[in-house]
Amino acid sequence: MAAEKMALAKAINESLRTALDADPKVLIMGEDVGKLGGVFRVTDGLQKDFGEDRVIDTPLAESGIVGTAIGLALRGYRPVVEIQFDGFVFPAYDQIVTQLAKMHARALGKIKLPVVIRIPYGGGIGAVEHHSESPEALFAHVAGLKVVSPSNASDAYWMMQQAIQSDDPVIFFEPKRRYWDKSEVNKDAIPGPLHKARVVREGADLTLAAYGPMVKVCVEAAAAAQEEGKSIEVLDLRSMSPIDFDSVQASVEKTRRLVVVHEAPVFLGTGAEIAARITERCFYHLEAPVLRVGGYHAPYPPARLEEEYLPGLDRVLDAVDRSLAY
Amino acid sequence: MTVESTAARKPRRSAGTKSAASAGAKRTGPAAKKSPGTTGAEPELVQLLTPEGKRVKDATYDPYVADITPEELRGLYRDMVLTRRFDAEATSLQRQGELGLWASLLGQEAAQIGSGRATREDDYVFPTYREHGVAWCRGVDPTNLLGMFRGVNNGGWDPNSNNFHLYTIVIGSQTLHATGYAMGVAKDGADSAVIAYFGDGASSQGDVAESFTFSAVYNAPVVFFCQNNQWAISEPTEKQTRVPLYQRAQGYGFPGVRVDGNDVLACLAVTKWALERARHGEGPTLIEAFTYRMGAHTTSDDPTKYRADEERESWEAKDPILRLRTYLEASHHADEGFFAELEAESEALGKRVREVVRAMPDPDHFAIFENVYADGHALVDEERAQFAAYQASFADEGEGK
Repeated sequence: MAAEKMALAKAINESLRTALDADPKVLIMGEDVGKLGGVFRVTDGLQKDFGEDRVIDTPLAESGIVGTAIGLALRGYRPVVEIQFDGFVFPAYDQIVTQLAKMHARALGKIKLPVVIRIPYGGGIGAVEHHSESPEALFAHVAGLKVVSPSNASDAYWMMQQAIQSDDPVIFFEPKRRYWDKSEVNKDAIPGPLHKARVVREGADLTLAAYGPMVKVCVEAAAAAQEEGKSIEVLDLRSMSPIDFDSVQASVEKTRRLVVVHEAPVFLGTGAEIAARITERCFYHLEAPVLRVGGYHAPYPPARLEEEYLPGLDRVLDAVDRSLAY
Repeated sequence: MTVESTAARKPRRSAGTKSAASAGAKRTGPAAKKSPGTTGAEPELVQLLTPEGKRVKDATYDPYVADITPEELRGLYRDMVLTRRFDAEATSLQRQGELGLWASLLGQEAAQIGSGRATREDDYVFPTYREHGVAWCRGVDPTNLLGMFRGVNNGGWDPNSNNFHLYTIVIGSQTLHATGYAMGVAKDGADSAVIAYFGDGASSQGDVAESFTFSAVYNAPVVFFCQNNQWAISEPTEKQTRVPLYQRAQGYGFPGVRVDGNDVLACLAVTKWALERARHGEGPTLIEAFTYRMGAHTTSDDPTKYRADEERESWEAKDPILRLRTYLEASHHADEGFFAELEAESEALGKRVREVVRAMPDPDHFAIFENVYADGHALVDEERAQFAAYQASFADEGEGK
């Protein structure tokens, strides 16, 4: 089968369809995932084809969705649950952190919890409160969870396949403002490992490391910088737990400068961890301190202000300039 | 303002007197007043054996214990005695510094043994952290339960070995796991059932409410077994609910039953009935076992600060073990030889528990990094290696001396 161009949301839909087809133990669960196909239509048509027993419309209760998914996983199922929006995951946070993340260890490895939690996340779509947040660091901080985020359709397709096949719980953050971006998906390709970062664009002067929705911004920033004669490498981290520090290190040893970009607040975020680790690993290679670009230590703002809050091209380029000025 | 919110402003009963209000108890003083929010009639309490050890008839539930043999009755008695002994031993071990904490089941033996013995081997049990008697019924070696309390692990057994899930510390979380598991049982077309244990305090948790919703919506084969032991640490049941707990089920569309939680026969019969309903595709049931936690919430607790001695004394008169012993003796189903043998067995169990706990090895240092993930994790690997190097540095120092 040749590569096919499709939107990121459609790629996840196709991936879920493939998984449902391949393994009768795979279940889709969540609010509105059935007849409606999800509020973003990511699960569109799946209930029609696989039935209400496999694609399950749940009561409106996030803790219940995750808690029952844990029980189903204990029974041998592989539930893929949808949390409708990032800010709605918190009623389920207890189940995810105190139960899902720890049960494998508590049972001395005798039981496995292959649960995928899909969370459309991030801003940029003009939504109301609690519909635009980026809580990935809160999950990456918890041992027992794996946290990933695709930035394009191909990764969305393959990373979802790999997340479902994983015997560990995976928090799958979907960049909702990229749902409609199209790119090539080759379903015959052999994907790289789920937690391996990818060099999106080669460069020599500085590394921009990002994931999910910010990868596209960083690619655009690199293109703009090139017009000014700067050679910027862009790294798509793809995974926030674990983080592929080896790939970041390799890139930084080449470019000697690193700027980490994410939508989430900078304070105690993914970028802070990367800055600390890379400073340890690459202290003698760095020509400048690792800089971070991200959200502010403030609640996600109302939609009319989100352009000020979200890192855009100019804020990324400003950080590039600051780094290169050292 | 609604009628309910007006009622909520009425003065409440004091904590120290409220638990004398058990059904079957002689009711005096303020506890005899009807609870706000109830219909005025006392909740019906299923009872097959009175506190005086007399067998009473119950047309609905008698059939579920009609074929019980004297040997099985002695078995229930043995289970309760040995569970109490194990529990007492664990409490002592905590006092001796061998365990960091213990959650005693003293007084709740009938609720646990009755319901536990009602389960079938292929049923699945989701306990709180106090279901030592249910674990006993499931064939879990009691010493396995002590690892987490001694601090050598955070769970420590394979739940699939006895279909007995790990103890759950976060209150009420396991009711959702039970419901999900039961949804899976139904999907598999199996005729086994699931039972989830929780307490009166947990009934206030959102997870318990959500598990009721999910189990009802999906008609899951799950039995919710609430041991209302009257106290959630220092908070009485009135701080959790304005209606008898078993009545909660009605709002979710499945039956609720209150059973005398100190009557092992009644607990056995009612749980069998509920499990059969589940097996036959009739969905969830809520059982409220009305019982009493005779000891502290855990060994860290001091119940003298929040409840009166008289309350405990009134419940001692309803002791689950004494009443079955009275019945066994009166019906000549057990002789002195049986009780003497059981006493010796009880002593042996206590000795074994002491020895096993004291011999329990501390975990290997590298256990910190084991089973964090099923598929591995780069950060865990990196930190394990750092830890190993750090540990090895001490060995090098030793060698250098």
